[in-house]
Amino acid sequence: MLDYLLSFLILTGALFTFIGSLGLVRLRDFFTRLHGPTKATTLGVGCMLIASSVYFSNQGTGMSLHEVLVTLFLFITAPISAHLLAKAALHLKLKSLTPPPDTDKADY
Amino acid sequence: MSKWFGPRAGLLPHPLLTPILASIWLLLNNSLAPGQIVLGLLLGWVIPLFTLRFWPELVRIHKPLALLRFLGVVLLDIVLANMAVARLILGRPQSLHPAFLDVPLALKGDLAIGLLANVICLTPGTVSARLSPDRKFLLVHALDAPDGDAVIATIKQRYEAPLKEVFEPC
Amino acid sequence: MLTLVIPIAFALLGAAVALSVWRLLLGPSAPDRILALDTLYVNTIALLVLLGIHLGSALYFEAALLIAMMGFVGTVALCKYLLRGDIIE
Repeated sequence: MLDYLLSFLILTGALFTFIGSLGLVRLRDFFTRLHGPTKATTLGVGCMLIASSVYFSNQGTGMSLHEVLVTLFLFITAPISAHLLAKAALHLKLKSLTPPPDTDKADY
Repeated sequence: MSKWFGPRAGLLPHPLLTPILASIWLLLNNSLAPGQIVLGLLLGWVIPLFTLRFWPELVRIHKPLALLRFLGVVLLDIVLANMAVARLILGRPQSLHPAFLDVPLALKGDLAIGLLANVICLTPGTVSARLSPDRKFLLVHALDAPDGDAVIATIKQRYEAPLKEVFEPC
Repeated sequence: MLTLVIPIAFALLGAAVALSVWRLLLGPSAPDRILALDTLYVNTIALLVLLGIHLGSALYFEAALLIAMMGFVGTVALCKYLLRGDIIE
């Protein structure tokens, strides 16, 4: 039973991480590319870390919860890097599929 | 006391920060030994005292239960959002309708706006891109939004309203 | 079951790393490359955690935590550089 749960978590994690990176290559402009990694990768790594937590908790050496820290850290930092990247791209006036409203009143 | 630590220094200047720091310490050490608990609480007590001056505003949570429910909604949305984005990436990139949306903000506090931006980044096909200088609008990029107003309405009703209820009730 | 799944997951994560390196080399703009680096470090965390499960050793966790912190600081520093042409004011 535990085996199946672990396999499921690991496979889901790896699949989402892969799809996130696939989005990085497949999509056509910077702003759409930004979506793949920031979302798919957080859930992918999250699943992987939960799997690790479950695995090491069942090794007979007591609970292992410190994976939660990395998950928490990633969930807090991933949006911040995405926001900063989007801001930098707007600042540099990168080519976009849809024109941004007005690039002149940036507040950096 | 206040000469060294700043104007608000009491014995426990940040009642929320102490348990958070203590639990992070315990997680980092991956143990629940009594010694570690004492050390964690000690660190959780001393660090807020010394960093008091760096905290720009006092955080006050008015409705903890609403915050918990909001966190549940966000966690569920993260999972759903990932499914949706994965499907969009695996589908045809030519058929996407990306859009820039201006979301008018009703929130005032730094922490509330920051949390909203974070949540927007983590949920379906949207990334917060820029805050306008007067803090009235948040520019959001949506991966696939044929109907922009619907996305804005969802964001306001699903994420902004609970945050306003938790941090800034009128 | 696990012995079957772990090599598949390794292959998927390896492919993910290869794809982000491809975007890193291809560009075409600076934010694209920073985004690729960002993805690269997140993929590396997943790879390290999986290696930890595979070898049954909790040691790799510390490396993953360090990469998470350093990677974030690196991304923020590079974005700041693009935004202002300077990192520390």
